[in-house]
Amino acid sequence: RGVPYQTVTLIHQSMVKRLPEHVQVDDPAVVKRLAKKLERQQIPLRSDYGYKVSLFSHLHQYSRKAPLTQLLSIPSTVIHPSIVRLGLQYSQGIVAGSNARSVALLHAFKQVIRDYTTPPNEELSRDLVNKLKPYISFLNQCRPLSASMGNAIKYIKKEISNIPSQCKEEEAKTKLLTCIDRYIEEKIVLAAKAISKYAIEKISDGDVILVYGYSSLVNNILCEAFEKSRKFRVIVVDSRPRLEGREALRRLVQRGISCTYVLISALSYILPEVSKVFLGAHALLANGYVMSRVGTSQIALVARTYNVPVLVCCETYKFCERVQTDSFVSNELDDPDDLMVTRKGKTQLENWQDVSSLGLLNLVYDVTPPDFVDLVITDLGMIPCTSVPVVLRVKNLDQ
Amino acid sequence: MELQAVLMAAGGGSRMMDLTYNTPKPLLPVGNKPLIWYPLNLLERVGFEEVIVITTKEVQKMISTDPKVKLDVKMKLDLVCIQEDADMGTADALRHIQQKVKTDVLVVSCDLITDAALHEVVDLFRAHNATLSMLMSKAHEFTETVPGQKGKKKTGEQRDFVGVDGTGKRLLFMANEADLDEGVVIRKSIMRKHPRMHIKTGLVDAHLYCLKKSVVDFLADNKSISSIRGELVPYLVRKQFSKSTNSPKVIDETHQNLKKNDKIQISSRDEELLHLTQERSCWNDHRGDMSDAYHGGRLRCYVHIMDEGICYRVNTLAAYIEANRLAPKLFDEPAVHPSAVVSERCLIGADSIIGASCQISDKTSIKRSTIGVSTTVREKVKVTNSIIMHGVTIEEGCNIQGSVICSNAVIGRGADIKYCLVGSHSTAREHNSKIAPEKRLTECHRAEVNITYHYKSITYNNCHKVSK
Repeated sequence: RGVPYQTVTLIHQSMVKRLPEHVQVDDPAVVKRLAKKLERQQIPLRSDYGYKVSLFSHLHQYSRKAPLTQLLSIPSTVIHPSIVRLGLQYSQGIVAGSNARSVALLHAFKQVIRDYTTPPNEELSRDLVNKLKPYISFLNQCRPLSASMGNAIKYIKKEISNIPSQCKEEEAKTKLLTCIDRYIEEKIVLAAKAISKYAIEKISDGDVILVYGYSSLVNNILCEAFEKSRKFRVIVVDSRPRLEGREALRRLVQRGISCTYVLISALSYILPEVSKVFLGAHALLANGYVMSRVGTSQIALVARTYNVPVLVCCETYKFCERVQTDSFVSNELDDPDDLMVTRKGKTQLENWQDVSSLGLLNLVYDVTPPDFVDLVITDLGMIPCTSVPVVLRVKNLDQ
Repeated sequence: MELQAVLMAAGGGSRMMDLTYNTPKPLLPVGNKPLIWYPLNLLERVGFEEVIVITTKEVQKMISTDPKVKLDVKMKLDLVCIQEDADMGTADALRHIQQKVKTDVLVVSCDLITDAALHEVVDLFRAHNATLSMLMSKAHEFTETVPGQKGKKKTGEQRDFVGVDGTGKRLLFMANEADLDEGVVIRKSIMRKHPRMHIKTGLVDAHLYCLKKSVVDFLADNKSISSIRGELVPYLVRKQFSKSTNSPKVIDETHQNLKKNDKIQISSRDEELLHLTQERSCWNDHRGDMSDAYHGGRLRCYVHIMDEGICYRVNTLAAYIEANRLAPKLFDEPAVHPSAVVSERCLIGADSIIGASCQISDKTSIKRSTIGVSTTVREKVKVTNSIIMHGVTIEEGCNIQGSVICSNAVIGRGADIKYCLVGSHSTAREHNSKIAPEKRLTECHRAEVNITYHYKSITYNNCHKVSK
């Protein structure tokens, strides 16, 4: 009666995880809590924009024309200048792509650490972590954090907390800076090299490879394969409104790879020619689902129908403990005005806000079930989608 | 610290000598506040806590001694004085304070009156890691008649040609008509990189610049550049596309040479990270050719062009009058100062401003005008569309229309002044006299002037009789 009941409740409490705030925007209590937290950290609250489609009303939707900096003071005193610059670059899309965002984040954190001085009677290991919290809230307001960024932040916080208290400030700072450099070197640069090595084994001469949008990793693989004199050609599939495929196309053609460019609506027409599909990932979820740019699940679905192998390339630092089976629960809503297009001087959707029954939805991510993915190429090797939880467990044991 | 504000208040006001003869330009009253208050207020509203003000000794003395000049700002002002006769350009002044400049600077001119959202300019500077970011505005026609001007406003101002790219933010070309011999010459290297350029001529340069610290260090080494607007900005805009900037560039070389050895290592390691970010990011500022974002160029100049809103540079008489009309919109103080003694039987229009300690007597009518501090207006005076500065006495029965009366002047009984400019400390005295249109009186130190008919002529100092 006494002990067993207590043990059961204890386990129950540790299993129940709180829902993150960014997927509870339609709950006023949560919004109020968030506003209070931001006020305490002296970060301005960014307000939502436009009518949200009801299925996604639990997510934030911001406008690019209302940046967070208009509510901040110039020069920024509360937030470190390099973090303000980073937030601006995120919200304007100048730094886009999972790897780019993580590297930029770590670069900004290096500046913050360099400019940091421990106040008297405080310990670096605790104070620096507290200093980073408002910065992370700020960046979250500019653009929701990606899974890779979340993992990088967890790593840094752990490293900072592990600094022994008798360590001198200069020494501690140098140690942290080298940790960050090592993290980037290992998890991003060397991981990319390892993944290219595995992936090149899978590319044979005469292949027709289909890629979707822009993935820095997949581009890297294709360029390396081309340098190792594999003969293949690439089909770049692109979709509105981001049209990231154009940038992927430019970089591949610049190297000399022969490419074809289609929009996603032509996918089923072009698939009979394709021999392999290489996809990049934003994150790999704990149940084996692949979270990537919106449209990826369609590519995987149609490729499965045509029996074309689908290979997902993803570094291990993007593996995330979240579990998701659909694209509604947790996603990102981009600026709806991006969907407006001006042709011959006329913008048809110019006054979309005046039409009460019209909502513009600009989703950023979607999830692909593991049944559609044949292989995941990571820096640990080539694994099936269902082995992701194993990798996560091994990683946790390491740490 | 992210940005340091530098306010340039040492200019002479060479285009409105009639006004600045006695009062230095930064202290000219606009809406009963000194001109320098407006940019200081803008900086304070945006969140600056300290400003470096470069000014002359005369201005500094007047700020500290004259009770009428109240700056009313909470920011810390670091006044740097330069000699009045040193003939320093704005770039020279920036070079002068090079030791005080520790980070990137925001240079503002003292004659800027605007309600622009400064974050637009600074965001361009931050997001694109730009070397220069500036503010410009669409020019508005001045509607008020200017005293002392003959007929239509002559186009003495040379046009500025400003070339921007498709987004309207990147500055590609800037030249003044005076520097161009026959036509606008655009280099092929610019056209190759930016095939679509919009060239605008009707823009007012607000003289508000965000400059990187390396530019200030560059100025220290290049003493030949003396004006920011005239020489430095066109130089930077041109340098964006020069071949040498796309490999070890002129400006950053001086920047790196000034750094200590250990810091060079850190910065070069960080450059690698920045390069890594750009390599992996899928953003490009242009499309249609094979080059990377920004065409691989490291020097970038940006401009924010305001479509609507107030943006004036008070450097001519016409701009001064227009600014007085619009200044009340920029602050919330009541139009009639509480310490002014205004009698009940006078008519004060809604768009007039009455300064502190004024005395307005009965049966006066004040419409669309600004009355300065400690001014006395006697009975039956009609003031329309005019600017009356501080300490002026207007005797009974005067009729003042469309004029500018400078400080401490005395307008005698029954004077009828239309579209004139009366200089400071002068007396326009005559019973039932009329000063005909387009007359200018510049007088100083209490000389008396007897006025008879005047037509389109200008009187200068110390004359006793104004002749035809």
